[in-house]
Amino acid sequence: MHDLLTLDAGIALAAASLRLATPLVLAALGGLLAERAGIVDLGLEGKMLIATFAAAAVAAVTGDPWLGLLAAILAAQLWALAHGLASITVGGNQVVSGIALNILAVGVTGTLSVAWFDLGGRTPTLARDARLPVAPWPDPDAGGLAALIGGHSLLVYVALAAVPLIAWGLGRTRPGLRLRAVGENPDAVDAAGVSVVRVRYLALLLGGAMCGLAGAHLSIGQGAGFLRLMTAGSGYLAVAAVIFGRWKPGLTLVGCLVFAVADALQLRLQGTIPVPAPLIQALPYLVTVMVLAGLGGRIGQPSALGQAWRRGG
Amino acid sequence: MTALVPLALALVNLALAAALAAALIVAIGADPVVAFDLLWFGAFGYGEAVGYTLTYATSFVFAGLAVAIARHAGLFNIGGEGQAILGGLGVGLVALALDDWPWPVVAAAAVATGAAFGAAWAWLPGWLQARRGAHVVITTIMANQIAAALMTWLMVDVLIAPHGQAPESRVFAAGSWLPSVAEVLAPLGLEVAPSPLNLSAVLALAMAAAAWALIYRTPRGFELRAVGANAEAARRAGIDPGGVVVRAMVLSGACAGLVGVNEILGVHHRLLLGFTGGVGFVGVAVAMIGRNHPLGVVLAALLFGALVQGGSELAFEYRALDRDFVIILQGLVIFLAGGLEGLVRPWLARRARRRATA
Repeated sequence: MHDLLTLDAGIALAAASLRLATPLVLAALGGLLAERAGIVDLGLEGKMLIATFAAAAVAAVTGDPWLGLLAAILAAQLWALAHGLASITVGGNQVVSGIALNILAVGVTGTLSVAWFDLGGRTPTLARDARLPVAPWPDPDAGGLAALIGGHSLLVYVALAAVPLIAWGLGRTRPGLRLRAVGENPDAVDAAGVSVVRVRYLALLLGGAMCGLAGAHLSIGQGAGFLRLMTAGSGYLAVAAVIFGRWKPGLTLVGCLVFAVADALQLRLQGTIPVPAPLIQALPYLVTVMVLAGLGGRIGQPSALGQAWRRGG
Repeated sequence: MTALVPLALALVNLALAAALAAALIVAIGADPVVAFDLLWFGAFGYGEAVGYTLTYATSFVFAGLAVAIARHAGLFNIGGEGQAILGGLGVGLVALALDDWPWPVVAAAAVATGAAFGAAWAWLPGWLQARRGAHVVITTIMANQIAAALMTWLMVDVLIAPHGQAPESRVFAAGSWLPSVAEVLAPLGLEVAPSPLNLSAVLALAMAAAAWALIYRTPRGFELRAVGANAEAARRAGIDPGGVVVRAMVLSGACAGLVGVNEILGVHHRLLLGFTGGVGFVGVAVAMIGRNHPLGVVLAALLFGALVQGGSELAFEYRALDRDFVIILQGLVIFLAGGLEGLVRPWLARRARRRATA
């Protein structure tokens, strides 16, 4: 265990945490956008899962990772539209819709992967140039800071850039103000002559795109193909991060990083400490429950979250 | 006429789900007629298949009742999966400790422990919702993940059979197993095909009857429905909504915990990983299609039992379609009946009213 205390080991751990945090950050920001617009989004897992498959399938068939990335975004947005149909247009149960879409993603990816590739639920292993590019600079072997920030897959940097971008967009721009307003007081937005329905759909589509990026990172960035149930609950972890982060981008990032460090430590320490790995994996969920228990569940929650909106209703 | 709306609604939703699934089958180049024919044969075509269908349905009744009871109190218990895992753990621990006793003793202790473990796992989210305002949907999702991790650790490191390779406990002594329906009926001269169908199916029906009586025929059940309909009004009428929320979750968790009696003591006869296989989420679908009525839950559980059993036969016989195909049907049913409930139901209700006045 002493080798963990060296600087190099610390940097390696931090770099691993960054990679593990990437899909969480992207998906959590997607969920945050939907929820700040007033729509409960428990469907992050499903949107990520359908995106992992779409990205890997298209990249495998075309050999082009950019088409794969596009497919991931579109597939996740298709799921987001279905969620919008239920939560915005029909005014159905948003919790149920999200969970149904998660289940549907498991079924659709499982069925299509077997029907199209017949590899027992996988997609073909992708060659290096069918995967998203890795940053050419700085060379991680140079050690030090370069080992922390160099050599990651493209979307790692996108995720880090997305946090301040979305914080700024939500806090300082007119579309961001409107998005927050439909989550707090949709009637006021409607009275101001702005379409609540339109803003909410746009928020869902943008959130869907973020989940698409998260899924693509798993299957064509970090990984080299789709595996059955590849997301393995990270969509739920992202939901936890949003709540942990009180629906704020910066704090949500902190939540994702805490969860990712726990995960990286768990992978690093496997077998060397007396605490069993599965219990460390459960830590993020325990922490979230404790945060909810300690602070009350609703602080920071958008006022109109989960309420279908009807004019005059 | 309006009384038939729930039934019509279920049928319309099922037909829509089947149509969408059929479109998907065509899209991947398979034949939907062959697929649905195999699905039906796999579920009901011969005695053993019916036994398996009813075995799955037994677990789904427990899981569906769990969701339905919480729903009447206005709560969404998505934690059936975790509660079932804990229930199975309780059942397994009892069986491992007592399996040199005759089966009725083991069964009684296992039912009590399984229900208690499931109830305990649901109590915390209920308490957090009632007293700390933490939403039960979120906390039960977290509790599911924690339960899965806990079970993985216990099976891999603690309860694994000595010298075992797979993460499974030793097999319980045969005398402690819950008797199968085939064994029970044989001395009566009734011959049914051997299958894992066991006496917990009877328990499931009894629980459905008890849930009906509780919800619709007792003061406690009235409180439950009052809080579910309008917590503030219930509070003004002298009911403590927080207490009702906690009680509803405990009852709900106890029902989910009984899944473990069927799976562990009735079917597998040992503790193992993954015995729940998504039962908590099927429970959501079952409760939605059954409109949270215990009789509806039993009928919907039969339907989903048939889908799962038929689906595994289908995957075996028809290579183009994977077992996951049934999960698509489940997802579609939940989406149509829950997410899009505002689409079909008002339309049916309008039709029904128009008929009634015409």
